[in-house]
Parts: sequence; structure tokens; C-alpha cells
Amino acid sequence: MEVTANTAAENEELWGGGNRPLKASYGKLMMWFFIVSDALTFTGFLVSYGFSRFKNINSWPIADEVFTHFPFLHGIDAPMYYVALMTFILIFSSVTMVLAVDAGHHMQKSKVTFYMLLTIIGGAIFVGSQAWEWKNFIKGEYGALETRGGQILQFVDASSGKRAAIQEFAIGIETDRSTHQSSNGIWYSSEKALPTVTLEEVKKGFIADENLVIRTQQLNEKGQKTVLSRAASMGKLNEAIGVVEGANLTHNEYGNRLFADFFFFITGFHGFHVFSGVVINIIIFFNVILGTYERRGHYEMVEKVGLYWHFVDLVWVFVFTFFYLV
Amino acid sequence: MAAEGHKLAIFRGLLKFKSNQQKIWGVLIFLSIVTTIEVALGIIKPEILMVPFLRMKLLNWIFIILTIVKAYYIAWDFMHIRDETSGLKNSIVLPLLILIPYLAFILIIEADYIFDVMDTGFMSWNF
Repeated sequence: MEVTANTAAENEELWGGGNRPLKASYGKLMMWFFIVSDALTFTGFLVSYGFSRFKNINSWPIADEVFTHFPFLHGIDAPMYYVALMTFILIFSSVTMVLAVDAGHHMQKSKVTFYMLLTIIGGAIFVGSQAWEWKNFIKGEYGALETRGGQILQFVDASSGKRAAIQEFAIGIETDRSTHQSSNGIWYSSEKALPTVTLEEVKKGFIADENLVIRTQQLNEKGQKTVLSRAASMGKLNEAIGVVEGANLTHNEYGNRLFADFFFFITGFHGFHVFSGVVINIIIFFNVILGTYERRGHYEMVEKVGLYWHFVDLVWVFVFTFFYLV
Repeated sequence: MAAEGHKLAIFRGLLKFKSNQQKIWGVLIFLSIVTTIEVALGIIKPEILMVPFLRMKLLNWIFIILTIVKAYYIAWDFMHIRDETSGLKNSIVLPLLILIPYLAFILIIEADYIFDVMDTGFMSWNF
């Protein structure tokens, strides 16, 4: 290579520090590093969700039947509307964030403050909405029975075609069984809260009501859950070993327990991202108010948290599609 | 990055905005329209779109494509990838564009195989 004095001087400038590779600052590049690796983490989660789903393709829960609640609309079947609302809230808070970044470029402190505040409020509403969604999911609605193989048996009223809640048709049986607490019996050993109805009560109620039939996890050709005949239901009933109300990491009244596991894990991990995003936004918000960036001469910090915030929105777009739409 | 350095055209130059703020609102409207279409399709579930296509319902493919469209505009206009140098653009997007479909492809093929084994094999899992 032919090196002249001129290029040598240029080289010294290039490698002497103070130069910005890719015309982006150090902090911004590091945020992009983080975002790319975090995107791959979420990819791992969502793809393993896809794996479990394709593995159980003919028995996966139908999202429209699981997420049917909307605030103040009790007993009304409203699938999708609530998550759609949550999506709009998050997209809107993304817009206020990008407006804050834009105002930062023009050094308009009061505008940055205002838009950051709106972003924080949007994020907080989103996290709150997610908590409400979790509450409904954990609490459950109709209850179900579980077989030894972990299959879920749900109940349908054959005359109306509507789901039947086990708490409603179960017939009470007097029992002394109560939740075992660590203060009684074997030391330091306790059990989880008992379901509101026992297996025997559900069985008794089922036999008494001729209209009830069992709905299995299996999907038919139309993509709906298979409803058994009354005779087949009676046979299936004997396979049940326990009552499931709501969902947790080991039992899930909506169907395959993996669905609940992935729901908790992926929306939980995303919710944690939103929560930490809100915390970081609050820190930056106070820095803006205190005039830190005004003195620094630029609002690049707002831009960096903005990147993170948009990434969280981006992930939600995918979670929304794969959990609720597809 | 200078404030004036924003590229203000979207849809390959079809729609040009006067200022960056206008572009932000424009992109918001576009994203809202796409989300509304998604939700409407999800609620109505038109029969024509429920036909199988490449081992999935056609509707599901539409959802995935619309999601990627949304992701593109969030990354390009909200995260300002449109304004970055092509080197930075590629080093962010290419690893994701190569690794994500690859991982999804191998794992879903594997899951499909496991489904077949459980469906037609000797082991009973549905008891």
C-alpha cells in the first residue's frame, strides 16, 4: 500500500478518538446492540411458543375464547377489544415518545417534558391493563376438570350451546376437608387453596343435569373444540382426577397448560420491559425538568430511551399477533 | 444526527411530509389503520380467508404480513433507522432477518414432525 503523508494524517484523525463510526454516538450504538440481542431473546420465546403450538396443533386453546373480558362489560363476550385497546395505547405512547425526541432536537425543553409525561402515563396505563388481563386469566371463568394425562374437560349446556360454569351446576356435598395449613399436622408443610367445588360435587351435578355435555381440548375440522355426546361425556367424566379453576403454571382451565406457561412468561417478560421502560422514562423525565440536557447541549439521552421504548412497542406488535390474532 | 437530517417520505416516496412531526402523525394514522384492519379481521374471521395456505390459514398469513409491515414502520420511522447510514441499518436488520426466520423454520418443522409422531405413533398421550 502506498501511504502518503496526507492519508497518514487522515488515519491519525480516524483512529485518534472522537470519531463516530456509522455516524452514531457510542450510547446509541450500545442501545442498538442491546436491542438486537433482546430482539433475539424475544424471538427465542416466541419461536418456542410456536414450537409448542405446532406440536399441539389440534388441541391448542382458542384465544378468542380465553380473553373475552372488557372493563365494565360484565358477562358480555368481547374478545380482542381489550388487547386492541392496549395496542392502541402503546402505539400512542410510542408516538408521544418520538415527538419528545423530535422536540429534543429543537431544544424545546417544555415540549420534551410534556411529551415525556404523556409517554409515562401511556406506559403506566399499559402495564395496569396487562395486570388486569392477568387477573382475569388467573381467576378463570367457567372452571374445568383435568384428567390424569393433563387433558382439560370443559362443560357445555347442550340445549343452548353455551359454556357451563362448574361452580354453578355442582351440587354441594357435606365434607370436613379443609385447606391444610402448615400450623396443623406435619410441620412446615402446607397445600394450595382448595378449589371452591370438589370433583365429587361436579360429578354429582353433571349426572343430575341431563343437558350438560363435555367439551374436550381436541379441535375438529372446523377448528372448533369437539363437543362429546351425553353418553360419551358420562364415560369421559370418570377419567377426571381433579378440578381446575383459572390458570397457573401447572394447571390451566382453558386447555393446554403450556399455553398458560407461555402466556405468563412472554407477556410477563414484555410487561417487565414496559415497567422498566416506564422507570427509565421517569428518570429521564426528571433529568429533563432539572435541565440536565439543556446544560449538556443536546437531548440524545431522550433519543436513547426512545429507542428502547419503541422496541418494547415493536415486541408487543408481535406478541399481540401470535397470542391473540393467529 | 441533525434535526434536519430526517428523510420525510414514506411508501417509497409516494407520501411526502413537510416536517418530521407531520410524518410522525402520518405514520401513527397508518399504524392505526393497519391495527384496525387486523382487529376487524380477527373479529369477523371472513370465511374466504379461512382456507389453508402453506400449512396455515390464509388469514394467519395476512396477520403475520401486516405485523411485519407494522414492525417496519415502527423501526424505520419511530426508531429512525431510515435516517441511519446503510452500514448501521444493515448490521441491525440483517442478523435479525437471517436468524429469526431460520430459527422459526427449523423449530416449526420439528414441531410438525413431533405432532405427526404423537398423532400416528404408538404412544397414547390423550388419556
